[in-house]
Amino acid sequence: MKFGVLQFPGSNCDQDAYHVLGQVLGQPVRYIWHKEHTLGDVECVVVPGGFSYGDYLRTGAIARFSPAMKAVAAHARAGGLVIGICNGFQILCEAHLLPGALIRNRGLQFICDWVRLRVETADSPFTNRCRPGQILRIPIAHGEGCYFAEPAVIRQLERTDRILLRYVDNPNGSVADIAGICNETRNVFGLMPHPERASETILGGDDGRRIWESILHASAHA
Amino acid sequence: MKAKIIVMPKRAVLDPQGKTVKHALESMSFTGIKDVRVGKFIEVELTGRNKAALKKKMDAACHKLLSNPVIEDYEITIR
Repeated sequence: MKFGVLQFPGSNCDQDAYHVLGQVLGQPVRYIWHKEHTLGDVECVVVPGGFSYGDYLRTGAIARFSPAMKAVAAHARAGGLVIGICNGFQILCEAHLLPGALIRNRGLQFICDWVRLRVETADSPFTNRCRPGQILRIPIAHGEGCYFAEPAVIRQLERTDRILLRYVDNPNGSVADIAGICNETRNVFGLMPHPERASETILGGDDGRRIWESILHASAHA
Repeated sequence: MKAKIIVMPKRAVLDPQGKTVKHALESMSFTGIKDVRVGKFIEVELTGRNKAALKKKMDAACHKLLSNPVIEDYEITIR
């Protein structure tokens, strides 16, 4: 599986994702600079965490208009895989590739901590190596991770089985304990927790690997 | 001409910043405060004199970039 990791001014989890995909999982991976207009032969795009464009205006608001994001939107429309982590999730929401928005944490604090996540469905290219109900231990690091969408949107997400991950103990006030959702066609996934920071036991846990392994499994069985 | 744009969190959206400011005001003994909400003020300098056209342009800018309609409302004044 060929991975591409986007880089915006202010991205800071790009190298972690690059390391995990290349060194830990042994997959071909390259960086995609935000000014690039095409993704080349990339099959799965990673929109990494960080503070793209200094979080100016709103998190992800400026990044979504970059040339690379236009290419990502076209890739997503063509059925290509996209995973947005933390700031990447915020960018995908701003780009309308996922519904809703991420706002300031309920307690106003930036939270950097390990959290427990419940896998709600294995029916996605991002969770197919998990069991529904399985608990994953993965860290979060965000000030604006409170997921918000209108009640009708939440009902639609629930009805169509698009909530992939929920917090066991909601840390930030997210509606319906939402930690990660996918789009209608299930090829675009956004989540606030950082699987790339939990992919090696030496770093405290490797539950994040289930997400990457799911993507590889999906590609092998496509 | 100038566009003065106020962007506010929607009523249905949590505004923890507003709540915290309200609590601070109350702890400073400011009484009679029912609610506080914190938003943004954006000033845009514009060329051109046609107010209606400028308003239309700023409306599109607010919708696409300056606000997020999922969580925010906005008000534009052209002067």
